[in-house]
Amino acid sequence: MPVKIVDNDPEQTRRFRELALPHLDDVYTLARYLLRDAADADDAVQECYLRALKHFHTYQGPSIKPWLFAILRNVCHAEYARRASAPSTGADELPEDAERTPIWHETQETPEAAMVKQHDAGTVRRLIAGLAEPFRETFVLREIQNLSYREIADVAAVPVGTVMSRLARARAMLRSAWLAEQEPKK
Amino acid sequence: MTCDEAEILLHALIDGELDAGHAREVEAHLATCAKCAAAARDYREMKKAVAQGGLRYTAPPELRRRIEASLPQTAAPTRRALLKGFAMGSAVSAMAATGLFAVILRSDDEARLQTEFVSAHLRSLQANHLTDVVSTDQHTVKPWFNGRIDIAPPVVDLGSQGFALIGGRLDYIDGRPVGSVIYGRRQHVINLFVAQGAGTEPRAAKMETVQGFNIRRWSDRGLAYWAVSDLSKEELANFGEKFEAATRAAG
Repeated sequence: MPVKIVDNDPEQTRRFRELALPHLDDVYTLARYLLRDAADADDAVQECYLRALKHFHTYQGPSIKPWLFAILRNVCHAEYARRASAPSTGADELPEDAERTPIWHETQETPEAAMVKQHDAGTVRRLIAGLAEPFRETFVLREIQNLSYREIADVAAVPVGTVMSRLARARAMLRSAWLAEQEPKK
Repeated sequence: MTCDEAEILLHALIDGELDAGHAREVEAHLATCAKCAAAARDYREMKKAVAQGGLRYTAPPELRRRIEASLPQTAAPTRRALLKGFAMGSAVSAMAATGLFAVILRSDDEARLQTEFVSAHLRSLQANHLTDVVSTDQHTVKPWFNGRIDIAPPVVDLGSQGFALIGGRLDYIDGRPVGSVIYGRRQHVINLFVAQGAGTEPRAAKMETVQGFNIRRWSDRGLAYWAVSDLSKEELANFGEKFEAATRAAG
């Protein structure tokens, strides 16, 4: 297959700037949640934009956000692979029992309003960061990036049914963690 | 609707992704099931909190500047872009690369594969998704798979043993076409997924539970089987044993 070098058509580059740059904060937000590290997120986002420009001729619309996210996700998985081969802790490995975590946490007799108030953004971010990777990704794409199930399925390259079950599991795990947070500390 | 189904579908309801018919069914379930209703209430509150919660990040100005600077300003490619071009060295689209990663990441992940089978089972329970060919006659269901997939799933009649043949369906698991033979017992559905096995060695049955569904998986004569159902483990094991005995008897 012939190697295709970015031809830097000025018109293409101009269009890319107009379409892709306004989503920089979205892409950066996703990178922060996927990689859980500010410096790694910087590098991944920059790499994502370089790749996106290079492959811009393959972009067909309609919405550029999921397309950018799919590229970012590739970059992040390369980063996971690098981390996994590095002799550090495998913090991103899916725990063996993640799929078997009990989905139900019996509700406490606590008003939901109180439950919400007690949780500032920092707490919620920490709870989200505690989810295993596939669940965290699905949850962030849905709740923070507002993608539809179909768009999430395309970004994550899985069937919509998988998106549904991952989202259900992610929310169930968050709900358990959320309710546990508000139990009085000893 | 059972709690197992509602557990998944109530999220689609909250997210506005459910069609009117299913939305009514889920709402009807929530009206009668305190446990699911409590969960739905918490999920709605969580959703609201997350939406208001200032959970987004802003790209640092330095990063924005670096990216702006890395985009070519003129018709001449920058040295960096050229190097990048060689380094990545192929014309495959970014989307194709996405698919490739997915295959590499998922192929060895049994747990995730099982989740996919459960997803396929859940999808099949939605209205009009269960069967592509409806027949209680094994001699109708079996030939239907010909030409649709590159294996021939055995279809045996277990009606006299309490498992009625309902039909067949083509499904996609992990991006590959997979046959499903559908059986019923009372009001319960069994999706028996059949795919090319990894080897010809028979593998003894293993029972697992994923999201409240039981999965009995085994391999025999080069085919891999996953029976997925909300039947009890005992009944699903009973189904698997009867199926294995019948296929062996059929030669």
